[in-house]
Amino acid sequence: MSPSLTLIGVVPLVGALVVALLPQGKDVLAKQVALATSLVVLVLTLVLCVNFDPQGDRFQFVQSYDWIRAFGVHYAVGVDGIALVLVALIAVLVPVVLLASWDDVEALTEVGTEGSDAPAAKRKSVRSFFALLLVLETMMIGVFAATDLFLFYVFFEAMLIPMYFLIGSYGGPRRSYAAVKFLLYSLVGGLLMLAAVIGLYVQSAKQGPGTFSFEALTQLNLSHTTQAWLFLGFFIAFAIKAPLFPFHTWLPDAGAEAPTGGAVLLVGVLDKVGTFGFLRYCLPLFPWAAREFAPYVIALSVIGVIYGALLAMGQKDLKRLVSYTSVAHFGFIGMGCFAFTTQAGTGAVLYMVNHGLSTGALFMVIGFLINRGRSRFISDYSGIAKVAPTLAALFFVSGLSSLALPGLSTFISEFLVLVGTFERYTVAAVVATTGIILAALYILLAYQRTMQGALSSAHAALKDLSGREVAALAPLIALMILLGFYPKPVTDIINPAVKVTMQEVGAQDPAPTDVAKPAAESK
Amino acid sequence: MTLLAEKVTYVPATGTLSALWLLLALPAAGAAILLLTGKRSEKWGPYLACAMTGLSFVLGVVFFFALKGLTNRSVDQHLFSWISVGRFQVPAGLLYDPLSATFVLLITGVGFLIHVYSLGYMDHDPRKKTFFAYLNLFIAAMLLLVLGNSFLALYVGWEGVGLASYLLIAFWYFKPEAATAAKKAFIANRVGDLGLSLAIMVMFAALGTTTYAGVFNSGVAGGTATAIGLLLLLGACGKSGQFPLQTWLPDAMEGPTPVSALIHAATMVTAGVYLIARSTPIFQASPDAQTVVTIIGAITLVIGCVIGCAYDDIKKVLAYSTVSQIGYMFLAVGIPGAGAIAILHLLTHGFFKACMFLSAGSVMHAMGDQVDMRRFGGLRKYMPITFGCFLTGYLAIIGLPPFAGFFSKDKIIEAAYDLHGTRGWILGTVALLGAGITAFYMTRLMVMTFLGEKRWTEGQHPHESPSVMTAPMVLLAIGSAVSGGLLVLGGALQNWLAPTLGPQVEVGAHTISPTVLTLLTLLVVAGGAAGAWFTYGTKPVLTTPPVAVTPLTVAARKNLYFDALNESLLMRPGQYLTRFLVWVDNRGIDGAVHALAAGIGGGSGRLRRTQTGFVRSYALSMFGGALLVVFALLAVRLGQ
Repeated sequence: MSPSLTLIGVVPLVGALVVALLPQGKDVLAKQVALATSLVVLVLTLVLCVNFDPQGDRFQFVQSYDWIRAFGVHYAVGVDGIALVLVALIAVLVPVVLLASWDDVEALTEVGTEGSDAPAAKRKSVRSFFALLLVLETMMIGVFAATDLFLFYVFFEAMLIPMYFLIGSYGGPRRSYAAVKFLLYSLVGGLLMLAAVIGLYVQSAKQGPGTFSFEALTQLNLSHTTQAWLFLGFFIAFAIKAPLFPFHTWLPDAGAEAPTGGAVLLVGVLDKVGTFGFLRYCLPLFPWAAREFAPYVIALSVIGVIYGALLAMGQKDLKRLVSYTSVAHFGFIGMGCFAFTTQAGTGAVLYMVNHGLSTGALFMVIGFLINRGRSRFISDYSGIAKVAPTLAALFFVSGLSSLALPGLSTFISEFLVLVGTFERYTVAAVVATTGIILAALYILLAYQRTMQGALSSAHAALKDLSGREVAALAPLIALMILLGFYPKPVTDIINPAVKVTMQEVGAQDPAPTDVAKPAAESK
Repeated sequence: MTLLAEKVTYVPATGTLSALWLLLALPAAGAAILLLTGKRSEKWGPYLACAMTGLSFVLGVVFFFALKGLTNRSVDQHLFSWISVGRFQVPAGLLYDPLSATFVLLITGVGFLIHVYSLGYMDHDPRKKTFFAYLNLFIAAMLLLVLGNSFLALYVGWEGVGLASYLLIAFWYFKPEAATAAKKAFIANRVGDLGLSLAIMVMFAALGTTTYAGVFNSGVAGGTATAIGLLLLLGACGKSGQFPLQTWLPDAMEGPTPVSALIHAATMVTAGVYLIARSTPIFQASPDAQTVVTIIGAITLVIGCVIGCAYDDIKKVLAYSTVSQIGYMFLAVGIPGAGAIAILHLLTHGFFKACMFLSAGSVMHAMGDQVDMRRFGGLRKYMPITFGCFLTGYLAIIGLPPFAGFFSKDKIIEAAYDLHGTRGWILGTVALLGAGITAFYMTRLMVMTFLGEKRWTEGQHPHESPSVMTAPMVLLAIGSAVSGGLLVLGGALQNWLAPTLGPQVEVGAHTISPTVLTLLTLLVVAGGAAGAWFTYGTKPVLTTPPVAVTPLTVAARKNLYFDALNESLLMRPGQYLTRFLVWVDNRGIDGAVHALAAGIGGGSGRLRRTQTGFVRSYALSMFGGALLVVFALLAVRLGQ
């Protein structure tokens, strides 16, 4: 029994309480408390990572208490390698987001909301904004740390609340529409999952004492029909969350209307719950169904890769563009989850982390641009590199990360997914690989249209990034480069967990086709 | 046909060679320092960049002699484990063998000279320091490309040079043409990279490895070898501007001229040749793939020559000339046993093309960035050093003995004719005719630029460039004059490269006797040069291009319609598809969701209105959900 995970989860909640209870007018203090809290979480998480033994038990730092004894519900937490790196991603992103959103709420009040579908803007509360972000951090950590299915479901739904308010209260002009759409989609998915969760409980109750414990549930004997139905319940919920094509249309609206900080956490972390759910729940709980449905999921994923990229190219709004690139990236992740090779699986998990870094950076830098230019539309910008070279440079680097340039961390994950998929689904991998051309197109087009060319006179006085803004982006970019050349610390944590998952789903890596015995590798 | 030794063996790096990584680290550090120090390094930054590349060159020379002293001249340095997932094991490591050693000297040597030249050429640019940072980045990436010991490490360098190329083409990003050209270059390269990526995937799926040692010793053969070979070729075509991906290279001339010389003539664009030469064991296992390489080379060399005759922009003529000369290299590298000749041409071309580009830059510098040859003329008197350098490069490229190009091009034509049967005759004749057309367009360029009457725009006062620019030009001119002869002396280069490319093939009976062929080639070259002289040298050159011209000229001026083809086949349909999909996504998929919502909720408008009291309605739905859970659980419990 180790309380460390619970501690990491509770710290932001306490911070949120403190921030919320501060007297009015203490906005700066609220921000400082929030940032300090998130930094404490970061340090604690790093300690956790160092103490994690990749070769040890599957779940570490476990803690389990009876919660609702009558239904076998536990408060049970613990992390495997996959959950750990995602918790680490959260811990890194939250302080960065807080720093990036430092003055966003005040800016919001100044802008006003022309053409809005919501009531005219009042002065928004700074304290609530930062408190909400911290509450969100707790929920996100909880959803990855839960090892009891019921607890997972609670976090899965509870996570929506702070995000709903972040979008609905602090978002762009069409925030109400976007917030409701996000909520409805998630609730529909959640409802399906709830049905499946109950179904699973019923099955466990038939075969012994009813339980929601993940490890116990993986031992169940489920008929093929049961597996198929329950799988679909989980899968659709996760596919909406991820989002996979064709469940994606809520994302561009939510991503575009959410405030920058909310968008980063929404696309960077919340969406990962979907793909994390594939690996954690869909595969181990329903191995037969997962194998049966895998080709269809791969097909949807490949469509998503191409479709998301093409749509990104057609967007006029920078934030929608980035949201659609995420649809493409989630296609890659979905493909990696269902290709059932260790390369693709590890690639998918690494992709989740890298996508959080690169899309987070992209959303942030675009947010900085929009704060200055007061427009989300590409056509309103031109030649910005002339007046804001640092902004342009960081936009470019984040863009390169999004198009998976070798030498940056996203390349490793994308290539692992592709090479791992190629072994089993050659055609799908080949089609998905054309995504690298489309990715170059949507990034470079956006960069050219906004940053290059002649400077528009309207932006002649546009200011370059401030020290705070650079400080917020710098850690993400440093991590992208570092993990691009030395991903081993992360892959070493992920590998064993993925291997276990592959065993549970009953898949083995295909052997090289042209080699009788494993080729001798030169060292 | 002589094959390589059955097994490729690499020995670990020891002694002096254990410092191999410094070759890369120096320019990489230079780039990082220059980019991160902001305004502080504006004064000393450019000099630091030059010093880093210069030091790399010195190291390259030291390592070269260290390698020469070894018996097994293939040295492998394992740095750390880069990617390690299941069977997918990729080390971060360097391979230093005669082929990479040769490239290291070319890259750092020519690279250093061009760095120095840029000190003068970019002197007035406010972002001079950034320019040097990008140049250093390029050198580091290019060195990684030729030194990596696996296809994946090569890939990192491969896209790294693509990135540097993008940044440098778009260096004057405020010019829309420069930004567009840079993007086009990157996209065309990515199309090629698709091939390279897939090749690596095939390697892993079929052979279980992606390191050179692993792949070359795996006994790769049959369909796998052909598939890998053709996919690698696609990658090579993208990077080297070969048919059908050649159109980006001439547009890339929007970048500063030193960039054109270094990246788009002497080094990066020859990376495709390096890739194919490096993969010799794969191509030897697949004669089909080799044939395709020669055909691509032959087609490109003709395309480049023909278009080169039609342009009036001095840099574009040189660019198409580069396309064409790399076509020669591809032709050679696809011929079994002629790999060393391809590398020979690559090296001589590195000298003479860089020399001509820098001289062209010197002309532009003097003429206020004018590039239209119809607005030059008579510059010989005003820029004697530049003229002398360009003349040397010119004599080298048309292949006049004893200048460098003679030795390499002559050998390629000979090797092509020596292929068996019709293929040999066709390829050989194409190469021979290409030599003639090359002489034509290069003579045209010389005459229009340096000879004849002044056709300058008003207010031009051309002057010779400062010595910081002319000195590198002179050194490259010397290289253009003597490098060919020195490299073939006693088969020096061929023997040196034999461990990587296999020994030189000596065909028993030549299709045409070498002496006869050499004379024939010189005759064709003289014919081409004479044709240009009589067309452009004996009568005044018009200051505007003539309108009444042959259909071929019209076509050549439009890049033989390749751009139009790309536009109508890919760009336009792509745009329509994108627009259509955006419509589908908004109206179709999202529309269906809205319709569903409307159906269920009795109108989405009403549904939305119910959501205006957010907290209340949400609380209600949560409460409803919670109730549902509790009832469901109770039902299950009671049902037992």
